[in-house]
Amino acid sequence: MKCQYCEKPATFHITELTEPDGPQVMHLCEEHARGFLQKEATTPAASIAGALAKQLNLGQTKQELAELDQKECPVCGISFFEFRNTGRLGCPFDYTHFAEDLIPLLTNIHDSVEHCGKRPRRAAAADSHAELIQLRREMEEAVEREDYERASEIRDELRRIEEAGSTEQHATEEEE
Amino acid sequence: MIRDSDFDDLAHKSGEWLRGTGPESDIVISSRIRLARNLADFPFIRRCSDEDRISIERTIRAKMDSIDDWRDVRYIDLEQLSEIDRQFLVERQLISREIADAEGSRAVAIDPSEQYSVMINEEDHLRIQVMHSGLDLKSAWQSIDELDDKLEGAILYAFHPQFGYLTACPTNVGTGLRVSVMLHLPALVITRQIDKVFRSMQRINVTVRGLYGEGSQYTGDFYQVSNQITLGHREQDLVSLVGDDVVPRIIEYERKARDFLVKQGKQDLHDDVSRALGILSTAKKISSEETMHYLSKVRMGVNLGLIDDVPVGTINKLFIHTQPAHLQKLQGRLLGSSDRNVERATYLQCHLSGKLSDGELN
Repeated sequence: MKCQYCEKPATFHITELTEPDGPQVMHLCEEHARGFLQKEATTPAASIAGALAKQLNLGQTKQELAELDQKECPVCGISFFEFRNTGRLGCPFDYTHFAEDLIPLLTNIHDSVEHCGKRPRRAAAADSHAELIQLRREMEEAVEREDYERASEIRDELRRIEEAGSTEQHATEEEE
Repeated sequence: MIRDSDFDDLAHKSGEWLRGTGPESDIVISSRIRLARNLADFPFIRRCSDEDRISIERTIRAKMDSIDDWRDVRYIDLEQLSEIDRQFLVERQLISREIADAEGSRAVAIDPSEQYSVMINEEDHLRIQVMHSGLDLKSAWQSIDELDDKLEGAILYAFHPQFGYLTACPTNVGTGLRVSVMLHLPALVITRQIDKVFRSMQRINVTVRGLYGEGSQYTGDFYQVSNQITLGHREQDLVSLVGDDVVPRIIEYERKARDFLVKQGKQDLHDDVSRALGILSTAKKISSEETMHYLSKVRMGVNLGLIDDVPVGTINKLFIHTQPAHLQKLQGRLLGSSDRNVERATYLQCHLSGKLSDGELN
């Protein structure tokens, strides 16, 4: 029998007991088995795919989902399609930009959409740092297209913001 | 912090969490808690350029350097490390397989007793973990909470008023907290009740998975129980779900299964664990899987009082120290698989045969 992820022979036959639809048998080669067993307790991409599939059943039409796939974060540039494929978001601002699309997903995964645990004493306003992320990306893009003038402008802009940020931080710390 | 790339000394000792003490340590190997945190002003790792990763690593390192009581903390640049050294840290549970195999700038800070480590540029910018021996989640939570406060004093975390601590994967968002208890459950495996026990756990938001070769012929009978959800509950409640509700129930089942095995045929069981010890202490070459298999039996034998001259801490240590990278670090050279099997047998013999009386050996 071949490994279900590659051409090598399957030498590990694993029964995953925690799958939502009951036990699932997997046939894997040594390498994939090791990867599988050493992964963290949850497989994010799988649970996200599962939760999104549920979402599809729960009323969103294929067309609506196709439109959603096109949606891009203005800060880091990740599309919802990319997120859906990798199970990983691109930057903190995604939680704001995709908030309404993520809510059904979070409900499926956590059965909740509201954090009620610890809060940092010194929280950054949710989106105040998005500008820095966006500018760094624009700078890299400028360098890529060899627009060095624009890149150096952005660099100055970035320095200004970073310096302002650190003075602000010192000021708050002194107040404390 | 001490910047370090030479940690040969680690190979000769073992971390605090392996010492085999703490509540319920006959069944619970370790209690681990990790927190996922990200910097507010950088993209998540997958979306980072090489420069971003370098900046993140530098920023965090500088902030950590400013923490006063971190003078003895070891800081290891993982990008510069050889594959075998990274594997060594994975075997020791100080870093994840993901960060070991990743590319680009990444690092880990480790405290001298190995009770906590902080990975930089894993799936999230920061992965903080605390590990205690036995079932000791409440104090592990206290330690990691303090550690998190200390880092938060220096680093501005990505936090959202509604969604909590923001993470690259939405399965970690909110508390960013994963509680994992590693259990040794040989009697539930022998009595074939393990599946039934875990199926009953499915409804209560915990995940169970086998470690080290589940489904293969040889297994160490180790299972890890973790919380599945991270959002909508307080950290203390998630800790309590695993530590007060779920794990004690599994411990009770395992104890019952052990009692059953003893009642059903103490002599057979005694014979089985003694043979396992015999093989481990006299074999001339032995694979990693076979070692796990027999060490698991011996560990149960020690805990049931059937083997009384091997401390459980020694067995715990042997599970880790007989793994490939550890053997090679101990030998100070690279070894192929068949050489490792010989070295492993020698190592085991050296740690176990002295514990047997001469009569038993010959």
